[in-house]
Amino acid sequence: MTTLPVNEKLPADVTLSPDELLREAMALDTTWRDKPGVWGWLSAVDHKTTAKRYIITAFLMFIAGGIEAALMRLQLARPENNLIGPDRYNQLFTTHGTTMMFLFAVPIMTAMGLYFVPLMIGARSIAFPRLNAFGFWNYFVGVVFLYVSLFANTGPDTGWFAYVPLSGPAYSPGHRVDVWAQVVTFTEIAALCGAVNIIATVFKMRAPGMSLNRIPLFVWAQLVVAFMIVFAMPAVATGSTLMLATDRAVNMHWFNPAEGGDALLWQHIFWFFGHPEVYIIFLPAVGMVTPIIETFCRRQVFGYTAIVMANITTAFFAFGLWVHHMFATPIPELGQSLFTAASMVIAIPTGLQIFCWIATMWAGRPRLTVPMLFVLGFLFTFINGGITGVMLASVAFDKQAHDTFFVVAHLHYVLIGGGLMPLFGAFYYWFPKITGRLLKESWGKLHFWLFLIGTNVTFFPMHVLGLNGMPRRIYTYLAPTGWGPLNLLATAGALTIALSVLIFVVNAAKSWFGGELAKENPWEAAGLEWATASPPPPYNFIHTPLVRSRHPLWEPTVELPVVVGLRSDRREILVTTTFDARPDSRHNSPDGSIWPLYTALSMGLVFIGSIFSPYFVLGGLGVSLVGLLGWAWQSTQPSGVERVALPDGPIVERV
Amino acid sequence: MHSFFDPASPQARAVAGLWWWMFGVGFVIWLGVAALAVYVANAGHGQRESDDLMHVPPETRRRIERIVSASVFATVLVLAVFLVYDFSVGRLLAQHPQRALTIDVVGHQWWWEVQYEDPNPSKRVGTANEIHVPVGETVQFKLRAADVIHSFWAPNMNGKRDLIPGYVSTLWFKADTAGVYRGQCAEFCGLQHAQMAFYIVAEPPVKFAAWLAAGSAPPEPPTDSTLLYGQRVFMSSGCAVCHAIGGTEAKATVGPDLTHFKGRSSIAAGSLANTRANLTRWIQNPSAIKPGVRMPALPFKPAELNALVSYLETLK
Repeated sequence: MTTLPVNEKLPADVTLSPDELLREAMALDTTWRDKPGVWGWLSAVDHKTTAKRYIITAFLMFIAGGIEAALMRLQLARPENNLIGPDRYNQLFTTHGTTMMFLFAVPIMTAMGLYFVPLMIGARSIAFPRLNAFGFWNYFVGVVFLYVSLFANTGPDTGWFAYVPLSGPAYSPGHRVDVWAQVVTFTEIAALCGAVNIIATVFKMRAPGMSLNRIPLFVWAQLVVAFMIVFAMPAVATGSTLMLATDRAVNMHWFNPAEGGDALLWQHIFWFFGHPEVYIIFLPAVGMVTPIIETFCRRQVFGYTAIVMANITTAFFAFGLWVHHMFATPIPELGQSLFTAASMVIAIPTGLQIFCWIATMWAGRPRLTVPMLFVLGFLFTFINGGITGVMLASVAFDKQAHDTFFVVAHLHYVLIGGGLMPLFGAFYYWFPKITGRLLKESWGKLHFWLFLIGTNVTFFPMHVLGLNGMPRRIYTYLAPTGWGPLNLLATAGALTIALSVLIFVVNAAKSWFGGELAKENPWEAAGLEWATASPPPPYNFIHTPLVRSRHPLWEPTVELPVVVGLRSDRREILVTTTFDARPDSRHNSPDGSIWPLYTALSMGLVFIGSIFSPYFVLGGLGVSLVGLLGWAWQSTQPSGVERVALPDGPIVERV
Repeated sequence: MHSFFDPASPQARAVAGLWWWMFGVGFVIWLGVAALAVYVANAGHGQRESDDLMHVPPETRRRIERIVSASVFATVLVLAVFLVYDFSVGRLLAQHPQRALTIDVVGHQWWWEVQYEDPNPSKRVGTANEIHVPVGETVQFKLRAADVIHSFWAPNMNGKRDLIPGYVSTLWFKADTAGVYRGQCAEFCGLQHAQMAFYIVAEPPVKFAAWLAAGSAPPEPPTDSTLLYGQRVFMSSGCAVCHAIGGTEAKATVGPDLTHFKGRSSIAAGSLANTRANLTRWIQNPSAIKPGVRMPALPFKPAELNALVSYLETLK
């Protein structure tokens, strides 16, 4: 048994010559790099490769969802417009919602975590790289399936919430709703794969010394969200994959009141997932805001513990709000008031975080770079959405505003303000780390201002439209309603957003292939992800860093302390204890494998085939079993976990 | 005529009051926080670049702590006041009328069936897509769905209520200003969710009573030969399979009751103004106006169509 020398060695003590370092790096590179060629590409398991695929696919989904939105806005630009008929319109708004929620927002937030969590905690890789690749391929099958269906005029058309009985077998014959139910299944699996990966990685693979109270706030947010996914996704899995699909395929009558089923049950199940979903998008974005503020204000964030607690509280309350989507249903008033109170309480942790960020800016010296501008845009836009959210917590007011354009305005303020603005900020902030090149600031500023203006011009008038009686999900309206002018304004705003996103895409494409080269740490930030090359090598770090504070790169020491002793001739990771992150054992990390792709495709066969015949489930499961066996077979070698001998007493000094 | 901002009942007025209060407080909070964020982002109050990045001096720290705590406390306070105000409005809206005129509304894809309850069955009045209510009297609605979920919403009167298969929901309001108010289905219900509107006609009690009394009487039978021909067309070519006309053999309830069709202001759940030209257009090809509508286009000859429309125009 080899023991890992865990006594911390400052670089001054490590007597590695540059030559030795180079040899070590080359050995690690050979060990960890995904294999070349098409086969290697399909078998890749590097968490950064998988995450990049996720990010790019999800961003393409954002563009697709955006095009759908633009088409809807064009149809609504004037009363009694004939651009798009009701059948196509219903497919468009359903696909827009499904795409933005299931195929863009949740996956891209998870993907940012899958890329950065291992880097931020100083790990070589993610806990289950093959499961990660499997999750991505599952998601990818779902993406292809939805869009092939849409172009085949079989796009789902009952809303991203698919309320029964409209989505049931009696009122939605054909396969449109089946497509929706199975796309949701794919994304559930992908999200769960990502979530368990992040939980295991954060709990067991942190660099020595990164005790729970030193985890970067982005990682905390990802951890909290991973737990939310674990609790929320099974609800929608039960609702859509099990109940709705079997209602449709084999007449189970779960939701059919004529046979003793209950139509309202679906809404409870869906929103028990659907409301936490919003926070599954929002919390990672919040996690992106903190490092951006810290870096560009050059000050550690105010209220670290308070923010962690706020995240956890938000996650907890997120599961107690779902009925506020159902205030117009015949649910007793007393029960509803509980959900009113809960919906207001959740504003407190969110408000607390906003105050902490403002305090951090106050104590620091803000530099208005593009990521910072997006953070300000986030505050400006999100607070608006948050305040309308508190208004909608009122049962009395919600009954007026529910299912109108007021809610459309509210949810876009929340999701664009609270999700997309921080995400764009994060793109500018971490683009140099992912690609090794900087995005152009001047283009970024243009992008920001057009996006901010476009968002407000599009969505602000919708508040008024909603209160003037315009319901959601209508493909047309008559001129006497008077909704024409504000709708035209909203359409102009939507086109402004489209232009701003186009500017971003061009900027990203140009910068990726010819932008200014980025250094290791171009922003002089504090997190461990900046302690390695840009882009990071396949093994992330030559030596595992040793962490002594929440801001390892802002320590007064000249260089980052590291621990040595992990093998470089095979994929080996350091497992640490959950609370204090003391070295515990060494574990093998699997090589690339084609089996995750194979298994994802065969599962795709199961789910897509089940739409047409239940027998596909049986046959498909047999085919999938081959994949799982192959996967397990390949994982068995080389085997083993080696315990690491621990020195007496804690090795980690506390700050 | 179709707006939350123009309440015409105590119920809608209470919610509008709540809204203006929330809007005022919310606007001040939004402006304050946004302005503060922009100010601190531009001011650079902090220490010099060379200062310790990780530690804020204790006195600054304490001051920030106090400000942040006070802000959180203020948030809690505002929310508490709001909660109490909201609950008081909720109580007002929840005050169920003891005895009230009860109207049954059934949501169909894509129209509203309306029935005025009365202990005497012959006095029940059936209509569609247009609901007359007396001013100054609380009216209760019993809401049911015939197929999928719909939502009954007249913003000038009260908030919405979902019509869910297997459930009966109730809603009530007291119109206090006479007028015609538009409402529309608010829950997505399929292809023609967009064109599923209705009108609330709030009128003085005397006028309403007269309307209701007239409603239970069948229309005068036609005498003119064209009109008689039109009635025959109605009965024999398929219209009567779905529609009812009081005093005739047509008693089907699949589509809207046409007994007093001409007394309504619109055709096809608020899609068209009720004029002769529109009616002709509608009968010729309903799908051209409301794609996906359940009503089929029947192959009428011009003379048949003309007589049919003339007959329908007499159903006052």
